[in-house]
Amino acid sequence: MTTNGNSGPAEPLLQIRGLRIEGQSQEIWQEIVKGIDLTLQRGEILGLIGESGAGKSTIGLAALAFARGGCRITGGEVIFDGEDLLKLPERRRRAYRGKRIAYVAQSAAAAFNPAHRLIDQYIETAVTHGVMSEKQARQEAVELYRQLQLPDPETFGQRYPHQVSGGQLQRAMVATAMACKPDLLVFDEPTTALDVTTQIEVLAAIKDTVRKYDTAAIYITHDLAVVAQLADRIMVLRYGELVEEGNTRELLENPRKSYTRKLLAVRGLRKDEERGETSLLTISNISAAYARSAMVLRDVSIRVPEGRTVAVVGESGSGKSTLARVITGLLPPLEGSISLRDQVLPATLSARNKDTLRRVQMIYQLPDTALNPRQRVRDIIGRPLQFYLGLTGRKRRERVKELLEMTELDERYLDRYPAELSGGQKQRVCIARALAAEPDLIICDEVTSALDQLVAEHVLRLLLRLQRELKVSYLFITHDLATVNAIADDVVVMCEGRIVEQGPKTEVFTPPHEDYTQILLDSVPEMDPDWLDRVLEERKTVPAA
Amino acid sequence: MTESTPTKAADPALDGPADTLEPPPARIHGWRAAWRELVKAPLTGKIGLVIVLVYIFTAIFAPVLAPYGETEVVGKQFQQWSSAHPLGTDNLGRDVLTRMIYGARNTVGVTFLTTCLTFVIGAATGLLAAAVGGWTDQMLSRIVDVLMAIPLLIFALLLLTIFGTSIPMLVLIVAVLESTRVFRLTRAVGMNIVVMDYVEVAKLRGEGLGWVMGREVLPNILSPLFAEFGLRFCFIFLLISALSFLGLGLQPPTADWGSMVRENAILITFGDFTPLLPAAAIAVLTIAVNLIVDWFLHKTSGLRDDH
Repeated sequence: MTTNGNSGPAEPLLQIRGLRIEGQSQEIWQEIVKGIDLTLQRGEILGLIGESGAGKSTIGLAALAFARGGCRITGGEVIFDGEDLLKLPERRRRAYRGKRIAYVAQSAAAAFNPAHRLIDQYIETAVTHGVMSEKQARQEAVELYRQLQLPDPETFGQRYPHQVSGGQLQRAMVATAMACKPDLLVFDEPTTALDVTTQIEVLAAIKDTVRKYDTAAIYITHDLAVVAQLADRIMVLRYGELVEEGNTRELLENPRKSYTRKLLAVRGLRKDEERGETSLLTISNISAAYARSAMVLRDVSIRVPEGRTVAVVGESGSGKSTLARVITGLLPPLEGSISLRDQVLPATLSARNKDTLRRVQMIYQLPDTALNPRQRVRDIIGRPLQFYLGLTGRKRRERVKELLEMTELDERYLDRYPAELSGGQKQRVCIARALAAEPDLIICDEVTSALDQLVAEHVLRLLLRLQRELKVSYLFITHDLATVNAIADDVVVMCEGRIVEQGPKTEVFTPPHEDYTQILLDSVPEMDPDWLDRVLEERKTVPAA
Repeated sequence: MTESTPTKAADPALDGPADTLEPPPARIHGWRAAWRELVKAPLTGKIGLVIVLVYIFTAIFAPVLAPYGETEVVGKQFQQWSSAHPLGTDNLGRDVLTRMIYGARNTVGVTFLTTCLTFVIGAATGLLAAAVGGWTDQMLSRIVDVLMAIPLLIFALLLLTIFGTSIPMLVLIVAVLESTRVFRLTRAVGMNIVVMDYVEVAKLRGEGLGWVMGREVLPNILSPLFAEFGLRFCFIFLLISALSFLGLGLQPPTADWGSMVRENAILITFGDFTPLLPAAAIAVLTIAVNLIVDWFLHKTSGLRDDH
C-alpha cells in the first residue's frame, strides 16, 4: 500500500537534507543531530527508532521547523511541499503548523489543557487557521472520534481531559491533530506511557485513521515491535546519526548493522525457571484499601521462595504497586498477614525494627525521583551502610566502592550528583543502595520500564547475576511480559486487586490460560509487521465466548 | 543506499553496558563558578549587589566612617548643611550624617538578626508540618492562620506594648509574626518534596524525623527559601522602621532610620528634605535587595525551564 515504488518520481511531501541541530547542556552547545537526510512521500509512514539521546524527537519537531528550548537548528533544509520551512519567517511557519503538519505528543495528559473541554481544544486549531467554521469542526470531530473508536462519539468531546482514560485521551489527541486533515502527522511515542492492552487499541486506531485519510506520518518510538506494525519504512538512529534505513520487512528480516540486530534481539532474554523450596516471604489473604475508598487488594496470597524471583503482572490499577506498599508497611492491610521466614511482620512501618526494615528493600520505577538530587552517590549508597551496619570512615568508603563495582559502575561516579548520571546509571545506584542493606528480599517496582530497551536489558542481566551471587529474592512488579520472561521463576497475574492466575512461569504462559492472561499475552507486540492485523482479525472472528 | 552513510559511532560502545559511557566533564565548582555567575549577572543584579555591599561596609565600619559619636551632641539644633556637618544637625544637635551611618549598623543589623530568627522558626515548623502531616500539620497550620488573621503591624504594636520595647523583645516578636509567612512557604514547597520516592526510601530505611526534614527535604527547598529570605528581609526592614517611626521599635538614643524620620519630621514643613534621607536609605536598600532576589529567582527558575 506504499505510494513509493514504481509510481514515478513524484515530488516527496517532506524532504530533510543535512539537518544539524545543536543542544545546550551546561552552557556548552553540542551537536545532537548530525546531518540527517530524510525523505517522506505522500501517504507514507516512516518510523524513527532509537534510544533516548538518539535525537529522534528533535528530528520530529524539526519537521515542523521547530526547535524546543535549549536547542537550535544550525544547518540543513526542511523542504515541505516544495518550500524550505527553515527559510521562512516564524510567522509564516506558523501557518503550516497544526494545519498541514501536526504533532502528537507522548503524554496526552500533559498536552491537553485540563481547564477546557476536549471538543473546544479540538476546534481551536481548525478555527484559528480559518480552515472551517466552528459548527463544521464540531461535526467533523464526531466523525473522527467515531473513526478512532472512542465511546459515545456524539458527546465524547463534552468531557474534560481528566474524565477519560489514558488510552482515550491519547486517541482524542490524535483526533485533535487530525482536525485540519494535515498532510503530515508527527507521532512522538504516543503509546509509550500506556498499558499493553490499551496500546493495542491506540495503535489500531492510529493505523486505521492514517490509512483512511492517506496522511503521511513520522512515527517516533524506542520500541521496534511497535513501529513495525505501522511503518512502511524505518530509520534507525543513534547519537544523532543514521545507523540504518530500510523497508520495514527487509530491515526486520535482514538487518545490516549490529546495532539494529541488538535492538531486534532485545526481548530475547529468558531465564530458565527454578523451583524454590523454602519460603522467604509469605503473604496470606491480604486485603487492603486506601482511606475511605474501594478495596484495592482482595484476598491476595503469594509465596516468594528463597533466592527466587516472583513477578507480579497486571495493568495499571490492578493493585500491584499497592501490594508493594502493604509489604513494606506503608499501607497496613485490613486483613491478612505477611511473614518473612517464620517471623510475622508488624503491619505498620513504625512498629518494625531496624533489622526487619533492613531485610526488605525496594527499588523504584523512576530513578530520577528515587535519588535525592542534593546527595552525592557516595552518600546515597553509604547511608544504609552506616545506618544498618554501623560502617563509618574507611570501611564505609571501601564498601561503597565494592557495591559500585558489583553494579558495574566506575569509581569515578562516587562524587557525582544524580543529575550527572544517565538513566541506567541512576538505576544502578538505586540497586547498589538496596544491596547495601544486605537484604533478603528486594521489591522491584517496574524498575526497567523507564529505561531504554538495551539499558533495561543490561539492568535485568545485572539483577540476575546479583541473584545468583547473593541468593537474594526478588518480588518483581511489572506490566511488561518480556521482562517477566527475562527474570521470573514464578508469575502472579493480577487484575482489579485479585489474583487471576499464579504459578511457575511456564505453566502460566502455556495454554490453557485464564481469559485475562490470554488478553495480556496477546497484547505484547511482536517483531512481526503483520502482528497487529492478525491479532485484530482474531479478536473480530473469535468474539469473547 | 544506506551504505553511503558513515556510522562510525554506532559500534564501539556496544560491547560494554550501553549505559556505562564515559563520564561527562567535571562541573566547575566553588569560587570560580560563583565568579562566572557574577560576571554573567544582569546589570540590575550587579547594581543591587554593589548597593548592598556599600550598606554592609558602612554598617561594619561605622565607627571609622562617622565623623562624630553616635549620641554626641555637637552643635545647635537643626543646623543647616555645612562643611562641619554635611547633613546638618538634628532636633538635639547631633550630627545627622553620623546618625545615618550608625543607623545603617543598628537598623540593618537588627533586621538581619530578626530575618534569620524568622527563618529558623518558620522553616523548622514548616518542615515539621510537611514531613509529619496529619494532626501536627493541622495544629500548626491553624495556629498560623490565627496569627495571620490579625493585621501584622497592629498585632506587633499590641505585643510590644504588652511586653515592653527592648531590642530582644522586638526581634522575637517580629520574628514570630513574620515566621508565619515563611511557615506557609516552607510547608508548601516541602509538601512537593515529601511525596518524592527518595523521602519514602528514607522512611522505609527507618530514618528519624530529623534526618528526613534536614537531609532529605531541606536541601531541596533551599533555593525558594533563599529567594524568600531576600523578600522577607525587606518586609522586616520596613516593619521595624515603621515600628521605630511609631516609637515602639529601636529606642532613643540609638540611631535608627525609622525614628530619625519621626524625630526630624518637623523640618519638612520648612522645605528641608533632610528628614527624608533616612527614608531614602531605607527605600534604596529595599530596592537593591529586590534586584538581587529577582536575579536569583530568574536564575533558579531558568534552570527548571529546560525541557
